[in-house]
Amino acid sequence: MPAATSVKKPASIHKKNQKKSISYAKWGYLFIAPFFLAYALFSLYPLLSTFYNSLFENYMNGLSQVGPNFIGLENFKTVLTQGDLSKYFKNTVIIWLMGFIPQFALSLLLAAWFTDLRLRLKALGFFKTVIYLPNLIMATAFSMLFFALFSDAGPVNSILLNLGAAEPVRFLSNLWTTRGLIALMNFLMWFGNTAILLMAAIMGVDTSLYEAAEIDGATSTQSFWRITVPLIKPIFIYVFITSMIGGIQLFDVPQILTNGQGNPNRSSMTLVMYLNKHLFSENFGMAGAVSVLLFLITGVLSGIVFLSMREGTLGKGGGKR
Amino acid sequence: MNAENTQRNEKNRLAAHRFFCYLILILITVLCLFSFYILFINATRSHPDIQKGFSAVPGGSFWINLQNIFHDQNLPVLSGIKNSVLVSTGVAALSTYFSAMTAFGIHAYDFRFRKAAFAFIMMVMLVPTQVSALGFVKFMTAVGLRDSFIPLIVPTIASPIVFFFMKQYMESALPLEIVEAARIDGSNEFHTFNFIVVPIMKPAIAVQAIFTFVSAWNNYFLPALLLNSQQKKTLPILIAQMRSADFLKFDMGKVYIMIFIAIVPVIMVYLLLSKYIVRGVALGSVKG
Repeated sequence: MPAATSVKKPASIHKKNQKKSISYAKWGYLFIAPFFLAYALFSLYPLLSTFYNSLFENYMNGLSQVGPNFIGLENFKTVLTQGDLSKYFKNTVIIWLMGFIPQFALSLLLAAWFTDLRLRLKALGFFKTVIYLPNLIMATAFSMLFFALFSDAGPVNSILLNLGAAEPVRFLSNLWTTRGLIALMNFLMWFGNTAILLMAAIMGVDTSLYEAAEIDGATSTQSFWRITVPLIKPIFIYVFITSMIGGIQLFDVPQILTNGQGNPNRSSMTLVMYLNKHLFSENFGMAGAVSVLLFLITGVLSGIVFLSMREGTLGKGGGKR
Repeated sequence: MNAENTQRNEKNRLAAHRFFCYLILILITVLCLFSFYILFINATRSHPDIQKGFSAVPGGSFWINLQNIFHDQNLPVLSGIKNSVLVSTGVAALSTYFSAMTAFGIHAYDFRFRKAAFAFIMMVMLVPTQVSALGFVKFMTAVGLRDSFIPLIVPTIASPIVFFFMKQYMESALPLEIVEAARIDGSNEFHTFNFIVVPIMKPAIAVQAIFTFVSAWNNYFLPALLLNSQQKKTLPILIAQMRSADFLKFDMGKVYIMIFIAIVPVIMVYLLLSKYIVRGVALGSVKG
């Protein structure tokens, strides 16, 4: 949003600034220097070094280290053709979608209700507090909690047995219940956040539009679909892509729930779990290749967000409310 | 007559709709709080009690569970709490202070690369830390900082998301006339930032301090790769360690109380400050 910055300032200040800019410019550099130094040292250099490492054969064979030997793009070839990368990519996407679709639907519904002027729901502060709560919970602890709750002899099974189930459900030995639990946790952690973002976007819509629609005889449902939804579309793109980027990073919850194994049968192993595995076993060549692929995917996705924000489409909805 | 009827119908319809909304909202509330409710109950029950099955009322073993976990030889929980507090406080302090500083630099001064600097930060905002973890861990190992808190704290001087929030806040709350006035009064720019800008930014700094503290408190991926000695481990690593220990041998009371320790401080702070936090979410919409 750099364009917006200069536009928002009154012209007089802008002029004054330009006159003084010659003498004070160095302070600007001084103030932003710590950020850029820290970024270069702790993010940029490691990123480049990760790229560099991806080009070498470098792993631990038992206790002896093999490499590093330069092998060009061999690691990428291995990762893409021999490993189970595509399987883990598929797992990640499936689990993300299982959480994101209900998350988005419910968030939109809640945002519509919370901002409906005719409905005038009470205790909104309470409900907002409750739905956002899971977002702040330590993902590892939350996952450990679900592991305890849904274990074969855990409280959920105990409740189910009391309700008349014939035998305990073995949640963590079954493919879809394991994925379902991970998706459920993700859903719980993020729907409140999304609902609050959408709410802020809806409240940014000019209310006179709704008044005009009401005079023309539109129902709340009609004004929601014909006015609200088209106007806050940019926020949908933002929510969708940032959630996708978050989904690709899915790690803490499945890692703890399945103890890093991605059980059953690695069907809930995610991309970052796979990366983590290579990093822990000091399999640096392969870890580098996986990192670069992850970077490319997230890079393209954040590029889309960046461009849509530069156009200022996000500004009204998310930025200022 | 007819108009009155339609009005009454409309009223009834609205009441029914409202009832339906509350019903769904209550269901969602139950869904959100159910797992925490069981956590609170089971954290107060002893292992044999928990094994007997679900109970809706708390037991009396809270203190015993707490003592058991604190005296566990394999799980240094007390130092874990201390480490987590230390790292999270460091992250909250550095990331908010330096983000405000960076935002001020870009907000208040006109320099040649100002727009480019801003665009760069926006561009790298969504790049996840995981993709550079390999290089980062190797680098930290090479300079002998592995198993130290420095690599968890100092890099947060560059926190693009916190920066973005501060920048947004400055645009609405920091008129440049104030900076000009301080200049006329002979205040040096750095002094102006510390004693005039930072106090104005206090609300934004407070909200972001909470967010950064919580995310550092919850952070698992990098600390797990960096910290290997038992005395340095933070709470999420200890939870993972508990998970990989043979589960059946474990005292379930201890498992629940451990989870309790990890999440209750955050819940308490959240309930006290939820108004500001929820508002902060909407403001800094660039949170993943």
